[in-house]
Order: sequence, then C-alpha cells, then structure tokens
Amino acid sequence: MSRLNVVLALVLVLCALAVIQAQHRARNYFVELERLKKEAHALDEQWGQLQLEQSTWANPARVDTLARTQLGLVAPSPERVHVETSDVETLVGAP
Amino acid sequence: MSYQPRNSRAHQLLKLNLAPWRMVTVGGLLLGGLVLVAGRAFYLQGLHTDYLQGKGDEVANRNLTLPTHRGQVSDRHGQLLAISTPVESLWARPLELKLSTEQHAHLAKVLGMSPQELSKNLTHKTRGEFAVRRPVTPEQAVNITAMGAPGLYLRREFRRYYPAGEVAAHVVGFTNVDDLGQEGVERAYQSWLVGREGERHILRDRHGNTIRDLAPIKTAQMGGNLALALDLKIQYLAHRELAAAIATHKAKGGSVVVLDAKTGEILALANQPIFNPNNRSNYQPDLMRNRAVIDTFEPGSTVKPFVAAAVLERGLFTPDSVIQTPNNFRVGTKLVRDDHPHPQLTVTEIIQKSSNIGAAKMAMTLTPQQFWEVLHRVGLGEKPGSGFPGETAGLLRPPGTWRPVEQATMAYGYGLSVSLLQMTRAYMAFANDGEVMPLSFLRREPQEITGERVFSPAVAREVRTMMEAVTQEGGTGQSIHVPGYRIAGKTGTAHKVLNGSYASDRYLSSFIGMAPASNPRLIIGVVIDEPSDGVYYGSSVAGPVFAQVMGASLRLLALPPDAPETATRMTQAAPAGATPTVVARVGGGM
Repeated sequence: MSRLNVVLALVLVLCALAVIQAQHRARNYFVELERLKKEAHALDEQWGQLQLEQSTWANPARVDTLARTQLGLVAPSPERVHVETSDVETLVGAP
Repeated sequence: MSYQPRNSRAHQLLKLNLAPWRMVTVGGLLLGGLVLVAGRAFYLQGLHTDYLQGKGDEVANRNLTLPTHRGQVSDRHGQLLAISTPVESLWARPLELKLSTEQHAHLAKVLGMSPQELSKNLTHKTRGEFAVRRPVTPEQAVNITAMGAPGLYLRREFRRYYPAGEVAAHVVGFTNVDDLGQEGVERAYQSWLVGREGERHILRDRHGNTIRDLAPIKTAQMGGNLALALDLKIQYLAHRELAAAIATHKAKGGSVVVLDAKTGEILALANQPIFNPNNRSNYQPDLMRNRAVIDTFEPGSTVKPFVAAAVLERGLFTPDSVIQTPNNFRVGTKLVRDDHPHPQLTVTEIIQKSSNIGAAKMAMTLTPQQFWEVLHRVGLGEKPGSGFPGETAGLLRPPGTWRPVEQATMAYGYGLSVSLLQMTRAYMAFANDGEVMPLSFLRREPQEITGERVFSPAVAREVRTMMEAVTQEGGTGQSIHVPGYRIAGKTGTAHKVLNGSYASDRYLSSFIGMAPASNPRLIIGVVIDEPSDGVYYGSSVAGPVFAQVMGASLRLLALPPDAPETATRMTQAAPAGATPTVVARVGGGM
C-alpha cells in the first residue's frame, strides 16, 4: 500500500514537471509564432513597396520615352511586319 | 507522548527566569509587525485594488488594434493602378516639445527647410498634436528617430499611391485623407476596397513578448483587391494620342473610350484635361471630371447609323435603295442642309457621305414612337450601367413630345444628348452582330456575360458594311486608315450650343469606329471639344486619334489582319529587297 503511494507520488511529480515543460515550450513557440507573424507582416509591406517601385519603373510613359530617346526604338512599319497565322478561320469573316 | 509534565521539578533548570516586561515587549513588537503587514495588505488589496490592478494590466495586458489597409487596384494584367503603402509621418505634441537650438537647426536640415520655416511650422496654437510633415522619407525617419527629441514622434500611416499617375486618373479616381474614395472606381467600390481593423487582447511578459491571447482574436479584414478591365498599355496609348491631338488642334478638351466589342469591358478611357492623383495640392474639380462618362453632348452625325438600322430592320429600305436628296428639303419651316449636296444617294451612300437630308428623309418614314424605340433600345436616354459614380443618362425626350422638325434633326444628331461612353456602347450593337454587352469597368470572364439583342445579325452586318464605306474612297472618313485592317466607323461634327443657340464656329468633332471590320474586336470612340486651329471635321480631328489608338491596340492584342493587302500595297512601294524583319505571330484571334 505505502509502496504504491510512493510510486504514485513519483508519477505525480513527473507529470507535474512534464506540464511545466510543456507550458514552457508552448510559450516559446507562441513567442516564435508572434515573431514570425510580425516578420510576415513586414515582408508583406515590403512586397507592397516593391510592387509600387516596379510599377513606377514600368510606367508606360517612362518606358515609351526611354525606348524612343535612349534606345532609339521605333514601331516597325507595316511592310516590315510579316504575319503568321495559325488560324485561317478568323480571316474569313463577313464580306 | 514522551513529554514531561511542565511543572516537573526535575527540570528546574529549564524554567525561564524572565522578567514579564520582556515577554510583553517582544510579543507586542511581533503583534505590531503583524498588524502593520496586515494593514498594508488590506490597504493594497482592499482599498487600492482597482488602481493597482489597472497598473499591472497596463504593463502585461494589452489591447492591440490589428492594422488593415485598403485593397489594391490593378489593370487587367495586374499592373498596379493604386496601392496603399505604410509611410512614416512626423508629428509633434506642442506641450512636450523641447528643442535645443542645435536640434532645431538639425531638424530643419533633415526636413530640407530653413530654420525660420520650421519655427513657423512648429508654432501651432493647438493643445493636441499636429502633423509637421506627412509623409517623411525613410532616411528622414531614421534621422529624426536618432535625434530623440521630446515631443516629436513618428507615426505610421497608410498612404495611397497611384503609380500610373494621370494616365488612368479619371477612371481610378482618388481617396481623401481619411481613406474614403472620392471619385472614380475608388468611390464606386469603396465598400469592397476598404478593410476592417481587427482587435487582440493579449498578455505580455516583462520583455514585451506576447505570451498568450486573453480573448478570441478579431482578425483584421484586409481590403479587397480589384482588377479593372483597363489595359494600361492601351490606356497609355489613348492618353498619349488624345493629348497630342488636343495640343495640335488647340482644343478645350476631349475623351477617348476603348471597348472590347465582345465583352463590353472598358479597355481604356482617357480624358483631357488631366490631373495628377498623387499631388492634389491645386484642387480643381473641373479637371477631375470624367468627361467621357459624365458630360453630355449632341452627337451629330454619329446617330445616322441607328436611323439606317431602324429603316432596314422594318424593311422600308435596302442598303441600295435610292433616295432623292434635293438641297431644298424642308420639314415644317426648317430647311435641312448638306455641306456637300448630292441630288440622289443610296442608303449606303447617305451613311458614307453623311447626308443630313438623306438621314432626315429616312427618319421621317418612321413614326416618332418607332424612331424613339430604336434609339431607346441602343441605350440612348438611359444610364449606360457602368456603375461609375455620376454617370449620365443623356437626354432623349419621350416621342409624344416630339415635333416633326425635331424628329428630322434628331436623325442627324441634334435635339438629343449622349455621353461618349453611352454612344460607344451603342455602337456595340453593330460591332457585335446586334448584341450589346453590359459595360464593365472590372475585368470579367467571357462566360459570365449575357448580352442584350438590339438588332438582328443581318441588319447589324449591313450597317457595319455601310460604316466601312465611310472609311473608303468617297467616304467622309476616307483619310482614316489602319494598315492591315478593315475598319468601320462614323464621323461626327456637331455645332456646340452657346447661350441657347448653335454657335457657328464652335464644334465637337467625333469619330466612333470598330476594327477588324470582318469581326470587330475593338470599338473606339473619340470626341474632341472645340478644336480651334481651323480644322474641325470629325474625320480630320478625331479620326487620326482613332486610327493611331486602333492600330497600336490591334498590334498589342496580336489580332490577325483582315486586310493584309493594304499592308502588301505598301510593301510594293517600299524599296525592293526590303525583307520582312519582324515576324508577328497571331494565334486563335482572341
């Protein structure tokens, strides 16, 4: 009887320690989770800023000016364009 | 069990020989200490519990607001048109504000203003807090934080940016300082774009880490994103060509609308004059008006194709019926005139040469009710249903109130008013074989839409063929070409109303057309307000804008040319041996 008591008391102590351990780990994970959430939020904001930057660089007005002035690009004249079409149907429309 | 009785004589030596006062003193001290501790405990626990609990919670318990931000607006390919991004702004609390002369000079330098200017900025007579500079750049923010001056602090705010700037300004609109949509799509879809802030109740430890949630989290709801039907590249083209035309013709303003003929999506919508949505310091409501949607004008000759459709559909005429168009045609007392009179014209030629007499004569064969019904069916006098804030229905009076002369003038576009968007939408009836698709500023999947049948496919095609003749030899728009494609359209030149009567020298030039004419994919409407360099015909003012935007848009969409011979003809004119150097691959056409 008393021996069983000793064993049970031991188990109880072990369980209590395990609870403490689990609680501690839960807290650590929670802190980690919070940190990562914050990081995700910051990255999200950064992504927005990068998108903004990208769209500023890719602004058609800017691309147009650069292409014409710096790169000297021009639209090809119709006689320099050869059209390949895989779909003949679309050419045969209403008269 | 084994204790000795207290009064046992055997333990005489153990008997305490203490003076009673000592007992009393020690006992009293201990008791006094106890009372003191108990009293203090009662004082803290019982009387001050609320205050102390509050203090404790202030450190450990926190209510957090979870920030949210307004959704993005992008074009149909995901190019950004509006985005909210966090920025720092500099605020000051005047009561706490203490700046040494040195700090003052430093801050002025960081903000790029003179110390005098800064002093003026900082002397606010408010007790609360005020913004010194919003927003500040990230570098400025770092510098200001480093100063650590009391009373100055940075606050995080979301600011709305419009990367496309003025190019898409009229469609996208803008928000005010409170993040409320004021104009355009920003206003129309306010409830979708706006986010809802969330809330969390948390417990924190000494280091400021969150330990656990004390209440269920109310998650923040981010603002919804919007994909518009707009194609930023076509939008830019429309904007560029319109701006160029306004400058050459010294016009007051103008608009361009580009519609997808198959889906009713608004691919581009540009207006002049413009405004910059990123900098609205010089607020001028006049510039912000989306003229294409909100302003009305008398359409002039662009109404004529509907007259033709109305008489064809009733079988009153065929495209080849000949109509006498003498130059003395009167309705009541009103003499209907043509700028270039012809004794007789076929129905096709009436459209091609834009004869007012012919159009009026055709319209007079209908009853007012019948004529009204056709105009009403294509959407005149009704809101076009784009959902844009403030869109106009134009004016189409009920047929019961029409006098005969009005029925005649309406046939060539006077006595009714429309918006450019409305008119361009109406042309969808011809472009899409008689079916008008509902307009949309938002991108849509083709299967989502059901159109509204307005004309039979046969009538729509017949009128389209007539409109193709407009851009061919002998038509009012014969100068309008898009190499490689067949185009159909109608010119319009209308006198403006000034002080209640028609001004002889003020015009609205318009052109509405579609391409490829064999199976139209795009409809473009152009209107130019008061061109004042001497040229005012729709074909020479609005027409070139149409041709430029149409040509470039068809190339962008890689649509197969339906008139390759027009390009071939030019090849023969090109120097011999010129080999094609660009190969454009076009797929299934869509």
